[in-house]
Amino acid sequence: MADTKRTIRGKVAIAGIGETTYYKRGQAPDPEFKLVLEAVIRASEDAGIDPREIDGFASFSNDRNSPERIATALGIPEYRFSNMFWGGGGGGGSGAIANAVAAVAAGYSDVAVAYRGLAQGQFGRFGQGPRVNTVPGDGAFTVPYGVMSPAQTFAMRTRRFMHEHGARQEALRAISLASYRHAQFNPRAVMYGRELDAEAYDNSRWIVEPFHLFDCCMENDGAAALIVVSAERARDLKQKPAYVLAAAQGSAFRQGAAAHNAPDYATSNFKTLVPHLYDMAGVGPKDVDVLQSYENFTGGVLMSMVEHGFCAPDEVNEFFTLENFSAPDGKLPLNTSGGNLAECYMHGLELITEAVRQIRGTSTCQVPRVDISMVTSGPMVQPVSDLILANEPS
Amino acid sequence: MTSTSTERKYYLPEGLPAPAPHIDDLGKEFWDGTREHELRVQFCESCQEFQWGPEWICYRCHSFDTLTYRTVEPRGTIFSWERVWYPTHPALQMGVPYLVALVELPHAGNIRMVGNLLGDPEQEVVIGSAVDAVFEDHDDSDPQYTLVHWRTV
Ligand SMILES: [Zn+2]
Repeated sequence: MADTKRTIRGKVAIAGIGETTYYKRGQAPDPEFKLVLEAVIRASEDAGIDPREIDGFASFSNDRNSPERIATALGIPEYRFSNMFWGGGGGGGSGAIANAVAAVAAGYSDVAVAYRGLAQGQFGRFGQGPRVNTVPGDGAFTVPYGVMSPAQTFAMRTRRFMHEHGARQEALRAISLASYRHAQFNPRAVMYGRELDAEAYDNSRWIVEPFHLFDCCMENDGAAALIVVSAERARDLKQKPAYVLAAAQGSAFRQGAAAHNAPDYATSNFKTLVPHLYDMAGVGPKDVDVLQSYENFTGGVLMSMVEHGFCAPDEVNEFFTLENFSAPDGKLPLNTSGGNLAECYMHGLELITEAVRQIRGTSTCQVPRVDISMVTSGPMVQPVSDLILANEPS
Repeated sequence: MTSTSTERKYYLPEGLPAPAPHIDDLGKEFWDGTREHELRVQFCESCQEFQWGPEWICYRCHSFDTLTYRTVEPRGTIFSWERVWYPTHPALQMGVPYLVALVELPHAGNIRMVGNLLGDPEQEVVIGSAVDAVFEDHDDSDPQYTLVHWRTV
């Protein structure tokens, strides 16, 4: 048999997006599962598909809302695919889409939904240390020293990168300011109407140096869902399809080594994915018109963008400016809905709905002429994932 | 004024979880070593290389049997650091700010250890500075344990 390249390129599209209202942490009026149902139904309606047609489910970060319960609640006659992306945090946002895409491309599913629900009032908060007397295993090497939250875990990676490349605090600040600027145009954004300027950023309290308050993602309640179908099916549905050109997930050599022993330390962990991603997509960083880059912390965005080739490591102080990141006409409009910092922390799934809107032309910070819309998910965790969407299948 | 570690028995306030090996005892040799004020790090006798954190197999040669622990000199250099201002545990409410150092051990295969950097929590920290380990015994804790902190030379 001929040596054919295995790829999902252009075979599958995102046809529907659905979101609940986004709330501050603990303020959702509904239980988490109800929020997820609402997002799934909205995504189906958006696509113009009866939710009973959904036969595939993908999520990430140990989402509590099982496909079995969703399928049962919605009276789905049969489902044929379910998948949970391993790893915590937002590393699986694009990965969940990628797994849904793979299921559709492989014939395991005809209509797959990728979803995430969070109600941190109903359940526990992220970013809090354990309330136990002993901490075993990998945590034993960090927690007793007061290193227990994601911010505390990732600040040291960021500090090392800043040291190696002379990156200044202003580079981190530009990421935060761009998110807040874009959120002012987005009525869905939790920080809509809450402007942030450089002075307010500089004067904000430290969480853990080098992260100010505004370098850290919010904590929110809500749910989001995306409907994934074949490219052929998508063309017959309600919305302009967002074709999937490429997706990738993974982790580099010994990134999971305990006690901060990853050999390549000052990294967002995308270095091994990026060649696969661009090779599958047939595009490079210069072709990307708009970027949604997961911000657990701005330091992660800094390293992610460097590792995806948007600028050289030693050029970050010049490239990371509010002007360059601002829609509609910055060099690379970034996190155009406000993202995890200022729209909603839906574990980065809201970044993917925004990437779809940029393809459709319906963003509240729309970039003109978007051919390529890209998402990076989960910097500094293991594994991480990426997604490239396009307005044409090839 | 923020309180400093010198007013406390330990660098961080009491009430944080005590370190324990994995439930399958992986890493026990390290924690036993700290009780004797020694830094013991995994070492593969076949590869003659260090490995850290602890694992049941040598990632280089995939031997289960040649992994031992070697006692290394308790010194290193600051590879990275952070100053924590927001307390993420009730015990830390009165303990901020505090300093955390990521210390590289060049004489032990450049493995790294996380610990607190003793002294003024608002001191200037310089990456590359030489540091010595300081063993902090928690003898009145149950279980008893010893933490490994660092102090600039
Ligand atoms: Zn070996």
